[in-house]
Amino acid sequence: MDFELMINSFPRLLSATIITLKLLSMSLFFGLFIGLFFAVMRMSKNIIINKFAYGYSYVFRGTPLLVQIFIIYFGFGQIEFIRNSILWVILKEPYWCAIIAFALNTGAYTSEILRSAFQTIKKGYIEAGKSLGISSKIIFYKIQIPIAIKQSLPAYGNEIILMLKGTSLASTVTLMDLTGVAKYIISTTFKPIEVFIVAGSIYLFMTFLIHNLIKFLERRYNY
Amino acid sequence: MELLAFGKTGWGDELFYATLMTIAVSITAMLIGFFFALIFTPLKLSKHKLLNLIGNSYTTVIRGVPELLVIYLFFFGGSGAIMFVASMFGYYDYIEINAFITGSFAIGIISGAYSTEVFRGAIQSIDKGQFEAAKALGIKKHIQFYKIILPQMLRLAIPNLSNVWQITLKDTSLISVTGLVEIMRQSYVAAGSTRDPLFFYSFAAVLYLLLTFLSMKLINRLETKYSKGF
Repeated sequence: MDFELMINSFPRLLSATIITLKLLSMSLFFGLFIGLFFAVMRMSKNIIINKFAYGYSYVFRGTPLLVQIFIIYFGFGQIEFIRNSILWVILKEPYWCAIIAFALNTGAYTSEILRSAFQTIKKGYIEAGKSLGISSKIIFYKIQIPIAIKQSLPAYGNEIILMLKGTSLASTVTLMDLTGVAKYIISTTFKPIEVFIVAGSIYLFMTFLIHNLIKFLERRYNY
Repeated sequence: MELLAFGKTGWGDELFYATLMTIAVSITAMLIGFFFALIFTPLKLSKHKLLNLIGNSYTTVIRGVPELLVIYLFFFGGSGAIMFVASMFGYYDYIEINAFITGSFAIGIISGAYSTEVFRGAIQSIDKGQFEAAKALGIKKHIQFYKIILPQMLRLAIPNLSNVWQITLKDTSLISVTGLVEIMRQSYVAAGSTRDPLFFYSFAAVLYLLLTFLSMKLINRLETKYSKGF
């Protein structure tokens, strides 16, 4: 056991954690909107819209995240049209490519979580709202969304943890996130166990925090 | 389509073998995972504090740490660990482990943590009366497990194990970083030499979709078979 390496690599790994957290929060933020958007589409009675949303979540949940990142990072740069357009400003950066891939991926999972949450809301709540003369827009925002949030919290907590682990794939497109720096230190020192313990503990600590945050929120929304 | 031709001109045959490799790694990893689950499920259910702690740490650590990090640990640390063990038996030469074994082992350990959780959940949801009835009839412990608990457990576990299979299948894409030629690695090589990454990575996505789709069909059949009453 090389304790000196463990202590020395800790600050470097910790500063790389900031990138991991940035990637995580950005992709969760965009992913939530994407998820909500597709969840609403999934509940549409129009069969084309419904099938489209289903296809989206099927493709993104059925393929590895690594393929998705590679298509966006390596694949899109190949298209002349994208390279000449304003999109290239974003798509040439590995950072944004990773966030786009993560957001689309977590969006697909989130849409499934939200859809099932919306579907488990008892019809009586909506009918009660309607019979009180509340407009359907307000029913959606004030009744359906708060209940759906409460219903989907445990599953969404799992999704956040999966996404935290997913951000490690950013290291495959040259980003130096926590896993990227850990791999760099391992390949220069050849001390995989020590680095794994330090980097793994940082990941576990984050998982622990997320887990407890979700538990706290569950208790708060438990009415 | 020329790019996918079989033979020397296209990448069709290479990608076909790469797909077989992905399937082989996934199945091996899943089986290794079952082996780990077989060890750790009893530990997790154990009332002994230390055994319980060991079982819980396995699932917590593996499920809380990114798969890629576990793979790097095995990739860089695997041969070192084997050489250390070998040196205790007086063997000091360099040992290199095959990428297939390292990869399946790394993915297997990850898959095992998920399988452990599935088995634990399945056993815990079996009615307590079943255990008590077996005891009351004086059935021996191991017969009780094989004839009463296991059949009921499998029936409850299969739907969740199909999720574990999906996760395992998708995780195998990550061992492309160790150089094992499976779908992802082959697409990377093909994309590099033809300068057509969009086509090859999209094709890889299609292959994965096909694999998940077909395996789901197969598992659904198993599910209907095992959910029949007995």
